[in-house]
Amino acid sequence: MSNIDLGLYRRRQLSNRIGLTLSMLAMVLGLAVLLWILVVLFKNGLAAIDLNLFTQDTPAPGSEGGGLRNAIVGSLMMLGLTVLVATPVGVLAGVYLAEYGDTSKTASFTRFVTDIMLSAPSIVLGLFVYAIAVATVKQFSGYAGSLALSLIAVPVIVRTTENMLRLVPGSLREAAFALGAPRWKVATLITLRAARSGVITGLLLALARISGETAPLLFTALNNQFFNTDMAKPMANLPVVIFQFAMSPYDNWIRLAWAGALLITLTVLLLNIIARVLFRARAQG
Amino acid sequence: MSTTISVSSAIHATSGAAATPASIADAECALRIRNLDFFYGKFQGLKKVNLNIARGKVTAFIGPSGCGKSTLLRTFNRMFDLYPGQRAEGEILLGGHNILAKQQDVNLLRAKVGMVFQKPTPFPMSIFDNIAFGVRLYENLNARAMAERVEWSLRKAALWDEVKDKLNQSGLSLSGGQQQRLCIARTVAVKPEVLLLDEPTSALDPISTAKVEELVNELKSDYTIAIVTHNMQQAARISDYTAYMYLGELIEFGATDQIFIKPAKKATEDYITGRFG
Repeated sequence: MSNIDLGLYRRRQLSNRIGLTLSMLAMVLGLAVLLWILVVLFKNGLAAIDLNLFTQDTPAPGSEGGGLRNAIVGSLMMLGLTVLVATPVGVLAGVYLAEYGDTSKTASFTRFVTDIMLSAPSIVLGLFVYAIAVATVKQFSGYAGSLALSLIAVPVIVRTTENMLRLVPGSLREAAFALGAPRWKVATLITLRAARSGVITGLLLALARISGETAPLLFTALNNQFFNTDMAKPMANLPVVIFQFAMSPYDNWIRLAWAGALLITLTVLLLNIIARVLFRARAQG
Repeated sequence: MSTTISVSSAIHATSGAAATPASIADAECALRIRNLDFFYGKFQGLKKVNLNIARGKVTAFIGPSGCGKSTLLRTFNRMFDLYPGQRAEGEILLGGHNILAKQQDVNLLRAKVGMVFQKPTPFPMSIFDNIAFGVRLYENLNARAMAERVEWSLRKAALWDEVKDKLNQSGLSLSGGQQQRLCIARTVAVKPEVLLLDEPTSALDPISTAKVEELVNELKSDYTIAIVTHNMQQAARISDYTAYMYLGELIEFGATDQIFIKPAKKATEDYITGRFG
């Protein structure tokens, strides 16, 4: 017993308690702010949600009532097109990086560019698309909006796909090759399949990321006061509507901005929950 | 046990370039390995290996860890091709063709030379599809013929009775021993000429091990089998020929009885009797 220094032990216990208290405080602080945001959002947002929100379009200045139908439809269409464009590009590039390129120059260059794109401010991507797809044809459009969103989504999908494929054990790849399977079949039928839920999780998180993006849409899809399903024309969308309405002097506009914010938050929350459930299923399966 | 082969001739072949290394007649060989060198980058993993692998027999490779037995096995289906920096020099003749030649299509080679790995690796799909996957690569079977092939291979792997009612369940739902037999069934299903087993029982419990060993015994009537094992009793039990390797060299090769009862070389005897390794 003599070799145990109780003083040392007590000091360590004390520093442990101090460390634990500090980290708990930091956690409470972060969580409290988050809860505060959610409470305010739900209080103001829920009050503004009614059936008109989904049946009426954004109101003209000075007019009563109104809803967000055009903005909801516009957002869904642009997000839908973005998913259609970004998923194949992102997943295929991820497959290339993990299964084909590996350590080649092309692959490391692609990885480098993807990392830059990941951290590029979204307003820069918005301006870029404005310069190439709006200024040249002198027409804001839903297509330009989708293009800008795709530029944000693709790098996210590329990196998550690559990382998920790298988690697949090499022995599984070898076993498929050992049966005489060509590389593309191993990639599509074995490794991509084994990493399926991880890749889908990445897609959902990318979708969650872009569903609230405002800056890239400001210069591209702009906004549209009217109901419009023609993506070659300016399109209403939730983020930009929130941006404009929240700063307006009209009470009904401000209420609609709260409702829109709540809709986006709920969507992102739902996407995150689905992603989590999928990922857990994968961990157990 | 009529075809005992001369141990010395297998070893002396290193010196005589044009000579036939072993007295297993060429016609009775599935694989003939000539002056095989293997490199992991700069490190030489195999040194001038010469060996004949008899058709329809079990050849076991034994030796301490890192001696090159798995490396040797992985040259037979050019598994090493997947990794840049690894290369083999020399000749491996399968049906008269050098499979190390550049023009050899590796996918077709691997359809002919199947491999089962140390750890069970079921694909993330149903038991049925685990087996059908390989068959579909090179054969166009209708549903009925495919179902027959799946049953046939599962019976070959002594797994049919355990899984016949749950062919649609995931291959991952099986136990470790069952998964390994599924992997064997999957490899057998494509009807390869040669079956390579890389320590197939090292991750299994004794009962599963016994089942796999039984399987090897039954499969050898139809296939040429090469097996790497750390378990010398296993080599003695299931193989017809045994090769002892050390530091990338083939030290001794001969009929299993001979290697285990009266090895020609002191090094082999030391390893087998446990004085070394």
